[in-house]
Amino acid sequence: MVWVLFAFLTGVAVLAVLWPLIRAPRASVREASDKAFYQIAVSGIDRDVERGLITPDDAAAARVEAARRLIASAHEATSRSISPTRLRVTALAAIVLIPALSLGLYYYLGNPDYPDQPLEARLKAPPGQMDVNAALAKIEKHLADNPDDARGWEIVAPVYMKMGRAQDAAEAWRNVIRLEGPTAERASAFGQALTFAANGTVTPQARAAFEAALKEEPDNAQARFFVALADEQTGDKASALDAYQKLLVEGPDAPWAPVVRERVEKLGGASGPAAAIAAMPAEQREQAIRGMVAGLAARLEQNGGDLEGWLRLVRSYTMLRETDRARAALADAKKALVGNAQAVEQLDALARELGIGG
Amino acid sequence: MIVEAGHYALVLALALAVAQAVVPLWGLRRGDPALMATAAPTAIAQFALVAISFIALSWAHVASDFSLTNVIENSHSAKPLIYKISGVWGNHEGSMLLWVLILVVFGAMVAAFSRAMPDDLRAATLAVQAWISGAFILFILMTSNPFARVFPAPIEGRDLNPVLQDIGLAIHPPLLYFGYVGFSITFSFAAGALICGRIDAAWARFVRPWTLLAWMFLTLGIAMGSYWAYYTLGWGGFWFWDPVENASLMPWLAGTALLHSATVMEKRDALKVWTIFLAILAFSLSLLGTFLVRSGVLTSVHSFASDPQRGVFILMILVFFIGGSLALFAWRAPELKPGGIFAPVSREGSLVLNNLLLTASCATVFVGTLYPLALEAFTAEKISVGAPFFNLTFGPVFLPILLLMPAAQLLAWKRGDLLGAAQRLTFAAAAGFVVALVLGAIHGGPVLSIVGVMIAAYLVVGSFVEVFGRIFTRAISVSTAWSRAVGLPRSAWGAAFAHAGVGVSLFGLAATGWGVEEVLSLRAGDVVKAGPYEVAVMSTQTLPGPNYRATVARTLVRSNGAVVATLDPARRFYPTRQMTTTEAGIVTLGLGQIYVSLSGENADGSLDGRVYWKPFVSLIWMGALIMAFGGLLSLSDRRLRIGVARRARGVAAQPAE
Repeated sequence: MVWVLFAFLTGVAVLAVLWPLIRAPRASVREASDKAFYQIAVSGIDRDVERGLITPDDAAAARVEAARRLIASAHEATSRSISPTRLRVTALAAIVLIPALSLGLYYYLGNPDYPDQPLEARLKAPPGQMDVNAALAKIEKHLADNPDDARGWEIVAPVYMKMGRAQDAAEAWRNVIRLEGPTAERASAFGQALTFAANGTVTPQARAAFEAALKEEPDNAQARFFVALADEQTGDKASALDAYQKLLVEGPDAPWAPVVRERVEKLGGASGPAAAIAAMPAEQREQAIRGMVAGLAARLEQNGGDLEGWLRLVRSYTMLRETDRARAALADAKKALVGNAQAVEQLDALARELGIGG
Repeated sequence: MIVEAGHYALVLALALAVAQAVVPLWGLRRGDPALMATAAPTAIAQFALVAISFIALSWAHVASDFSLTNVIENSHSAKPLIYKISGVWGNHEGSMLLWVLILVVFGAMVAAFSRAMPDDLRAATLAVQAWISGAFILFILMTSNPFARVFPAPIEGRDLNPVLQDIGLAIHPPLLYFGYVGFSITFSFAAGALICGRIDAAWARFVRPWTLLAWMFLTLGIAMGSYWAYYTLGWGGFWFWDPVENASLMPWLAGTALLHSATVMEKRDALKVWTIFLAILAFSLSLLGTFLVRSGVLTSVHSFASDPQRGVFILMILVFFIGGSLALFAWRAPELKPGGIFAPVSREGSLVLNNLLLTASCATVFVGTLYPLALEAFTAEKISVGAPFFNLTFGPVFLPILLLMPAAQLLAWKRGDLLGAAQRLTFAAAAGFVVALVLGAIHGGPVLSIVGVMIAAYLVVGSFVEVFGRIFTRAISVSTAWSRAVGLPRSAWGAAFAHAGVGVSLFGLAATGWGVEEVLSLRAGDVVKAGPYEVAVMSTQTLPGPNYRATVARTLVRSNGAVVATLDPARRFYPTRQMTTTEAGIVTLGLGQIYVSLSGENADGSLDGRVYWKPFVSLIWMGALIMAFGGLLSLSDRRLRIGVARRARGVAAQPAE
């Protein structure tokens, strides 16, 4: 469609050159123009005489002057001729060069396939075809009119975060909390937005948000991480390191674990789970290990095909001096891995080694 | 599709400009009327294409199509419609497109309305016009393309510079551009005449309506710009001898000189070389103004985002057209036959004096504008040439113009009677004295103001001495007087009004010496005395606007206890651009104005403000309106219209060669 329009415009432009060439050539208008001017000049002189701007004697002289000019210009007139070859060359040049120049230059400068993007149409597009910017703008407009729509705020907040508009995200979470009250998740997200808006500094306001989140849910990892980060930033490195390591113990494979590990390394602590546990006071350490073992047991209950896991679990129970559980685990492992002779053999070897075999 | 169609139309207009620039000149060289005849239709088609392009860009601005960089950078969806439209030319790219649009409008008008012209002159003129429009379209496409697109399109724009979000933007640039660019057509006429090698009295008549048109628009454009600066800058100034203003004043002075010298050329077939030179000069000064404003040499609200590449390009255009036309001039000027000799005391003698003085005043402005820039470029030393320089140089040169203006109108062609003219002006001089005495007695005040209004009153009355002399000699009856008044050539009326307009403006300028100014901290409840009026601040409050928040001081103007006006001077804060603008509260009372503006907010809630009483100040701009009205009257003169219809018939009757 756009090319049809371009073609039409180009055609009009070329015709503007061709039309006068095609039309029957006319006589020069110059002579007539000179005569007309002479008549105007003479009538002007007459009017000046009437107004007394010029004396009658001078007027006579002026009329002669004008007539002399008319004659002089008639002498100057040059001969005129139309050459058919010249017309053909011009016509051909117009037909070829005008489209070539305009299309060539447009090809270099233009974006023929890029449609118009009037704002209203973008905002009215069906949701599936709407671009993110337009959709967001639509929700923003809705929220500007209905600032108490908590659901709307809750939808835009993470979008803002993703777009790097942390300040707007914080504003959105603030509204959600104002309307629906704080949950750990909201308060923590609010604190995170504030932190991002402050270029990674956990501001006192952000810290208050994280602490509010921990009040609702003491285990909330995100809130705990940021409180630790706040400690780190305010100089309390020991308590920060402690908190990071606890987080790593609880969730060595959590999506946020690499970030925490990075913090720990930065603070000079060891970040492997074993190292973290080693750094703990004895009582805590055992508790931590028990937690880890319980986690492993739970995982194997779900997915019993992991031989390495079973071996580790049996070994752990033995180390914790829970021989009954070690035996039970051994039995469970054999049941889970039944049919895998090699695995069963390894389990038996371990039982012999630990002295719990039957 | 609309956007891309506009883009393509602009590119196509360039291709067509090339055709229009080349084919008619070839025809002229070969004496081929068919090739020369291509000039007019291509000029009209080129106009249509640029118009499509301009409409497409305007549509993009109105529809907030944020896929265009130009729209993103200069618009906002919440901006009121009028500023979405005026914002099209409220930026560098769009204003250049408006510039080109007006270039091709003039080309198309010459093509459509100048059928009476000799076809060789018409072809050459339109070809030169195409060279100019082609150069500027190329400039736009290469360095300042308003159709540049962005993907993906953002959802909101960065808004227009708040200073430009004003009705002034809708009026001032189009008027000024019509003036600036209008001189392009007189330039093209001059270059066309030089190319054809035929420069005569007829040329002067053909070029006259275009000069008048350009001059009128330039007068209005400068006046509107001055009034805009007056009400928007917040301290009541209206002319700053700022380089950007001077850039518009110089073509005006050259154009005014051209208007007068062309009359001599038309009537006496003399001053031909000079008139052609002025036609070249007027447009060269327009181009110079464009270069100064757009190259980044100057920083001002007019320069928008400047870019060295653009400066170099405009400089190339400048050098090409000024150098080219002067070379053409040097080549052809010696061939011109000198016209008749004339006496010093005569209409033409006085017009020569007018030209000398106008060009001298133009030269002082030129020096005052460019000298500091040149000095800074070569020595890095910054000097500021301001009002004192111009008052000392421009003033003395312009004063004789003012004094001699009415006398020149009374001199006859060929041989004038100076004594007679002086006698007929005694009444005007007496009127000047009376006005000066009365106003001096009322206002006292600076001598300059008293002298100024004296000259102004003399000028206003003196301008009409000639026409009233014609009307009322030997006639008492009203009907005779009326029929004589109607019978007088419109150009005589036009000259009278234009000259009187100068006097009216001068009156307003002189009266600024009687103004009253109070700078103070305003609080609700404060009352300030300003001249014969009392200004009372009633309340201050913050109000939301479409894309700004305004701090408004509701202010009453009282005279002897009675409220005569309510003003709302305000400061507006535009969050998108983080900028604040000042909206002065102005009311015209009689011919003077009360002017209240807020300059800042204090922590304690009070507002810093200025209150002025400016007697007769509105006359400054009314004078410009009267001047333009004079131009319009002159434009409607019979002799500029005559012959078109008659000649068209004459041509049709002739057999084809």
